[in-house]
Amino acid sequence: MSSPWSSAPSSSSVSSVSSSSPLPSPSGPVPVPPSLEVSRLAYAYPDGTQALFGVDLRVERGERVALLGPNGAGKTTLVMHLNGILTAGHGTVSVAGLPVGKGTLAEIRRRVGLVFQDPDDQLFMPTVRDDVAFGPANAGVTGQELERRVRDALERVGMLETIDRPPHHLSFGQRRRVAVATVLAMEPEILVLDEPSSNLDPASRRELAEILRGLDVTVLMVTHDLPYALELCERSLILSGGVIAADGPTREILTDAALLAAHRLELPYGFAPP
Amino acid sequence: MGAGHASRLHRPGDTLVHRLPPQCKLVAVAGFALVVVATPREWFWAFGLYALLLALVAVLARVPAGFVLRRMVVEVPFVAFALAIPFIGTGERTTFMGLSLSVAGLWAAWNILAKATLGVAASVLLAATTEPRMMLLGAQRLRLPPLLVQIAMFMLRYLDVILDEMRRMRVARESRGFVARDVRHIPVIARSAGALFIRSYERGERVHLAMLSRGYTGSMPMIQDVSAVSRQWLAAGMLPGAALAVLLGSWGIT
Repeated sequence: MSSPWSSAPSSSSVSSVSSSSPLPSPSGPVPVPPSLEVSRLAYAYPDGTQALFGVDLRVERGERVALLGPNGAGKTTLVMHLNGILTAGHGTVSVAGLPVGKGTLAEIRRRVGLVFQDPDDQLFMPTVRDDVAFGPANAGVTGQELERRVRDALERVGMLETIDRPPHHLSFGQRRRVAVATVLAMEPEILVLDEPSSNLDPASRRELAEILRGLDVTVLMVTHDLPYALELCERSLILSGGVIAADGPTREILTDAALLAAHRLELPYGFAPP
Repeated sequence: MGAGHASRLHRPGDTLVHRLPPQCKLVAVAGFALVVVATPREWFWAFGLYALLLALVAVLARVPAGFVLRRMVVEVPFVAFALAIPFIGTGERTTFMGLSLSVAGLWAAWNILAKATLGVAASVLLAATTEPRMMLLGAQRLRLPPLLVQIAMFMLRYLDVILDEMRRMRVARESRGFVARDVRHIPVIARSAGALFIRSYERGERVHLAMLSRGYTGSMPMIQDVSAVSRQWLAAGMLPGAALAVLLGSWGIT
């Protein structure tokens, strides 16, 4: 990427980068810390390629937010920072008030449930049960409580009947749902999904949407499937050229043709936000 | 694909042998193999008794003879090797059906054949009555080096994925008109193998990231408890125990 700064939107009805909360702060005497707060995050790969140039974003508890952006915008790099797999070159990430750092990694990884794009990468254990149990077991959960967590997580994605099957015998859509269960079992503060709708047939795509809508957790969904973002998320961010280029209600972002075009985003043919 | 490697060796069932914890069975088979190997090759009838013991286990586990015999085909290369020894062996020679054979070679061939066959049969029975996954849990339980157990576990999980990738690469090659016919095509196949290696390596990295994301710190958590009670150890110990009794008994006689 040559000059990331030039790709920032020149004119847009949607508010540009803002470090302040886009939502009114929750009412009540004790303020709930945001599920996710990223501030001035910059990162360059060891080979010198700068991927993030100062990302600011804030996701309140219970929100479902879409992170949109073209290929190569730095989406995956940003996601890798959220649970400390990559460590920030500059800036901070904090999850429910806890900053990501060397000493907090174990707790951060429990709080951030990362669902990878390829379920074959995520499901590495010999059976669905072992796989869903992997996260909580690493956190020290054992016995009855472990079994409860596993069954509960599989129940929430409607995959309880596959508990004793090997993951590679499931269909792709089923594997994606089990992948969601593997992180739900860790009872995360925030669920981060990398391209959740990729490679799914329409029915699996709809089933996953229903499951995600029914979950009572904060969701950050990384995608370039704009209709899916509209269907599931009130609010969207555009990550482009390593910065948050736009932040606003999904409908407004998707109806701003100039904004989308400036960041190599396009609605599918024939699709108009209802 | 589908059922794949996992079920080719395993024969699901619910017998006494199937229910035994995997670590007991692993130790029993290893013990049995040691006793067999320690038996002098001249004691033909001891080997007969060992075979009888395995047959008993097979009956208990309701594993049909045909199932075991078909899976013992893996031994064929060893058989071929063993059969060659009497021809290439040196020393005193004897004639059998017009062939000149080495006596020492014949003994060596018999020794290899008998012991290998018993060992393979025992392993086939172990595999038939134990799910591969349980076998690894047993190995973990027996404190085998955790790294080796994890490598075996990932092989079990990803073999199908990688075979599928290999199949897709072959389809992609053939779709563009390539069919491997002779040695001149080896470089193409070799490059495909290299690409497959790199893809698998990259997948390994992604899996590692997924593991780290769920709190992996270098050791697999013990998710399923497969602890064994002494009664089960005793039951499993009967096979090597009986074999040992045969061995020691024969020592008394000779």
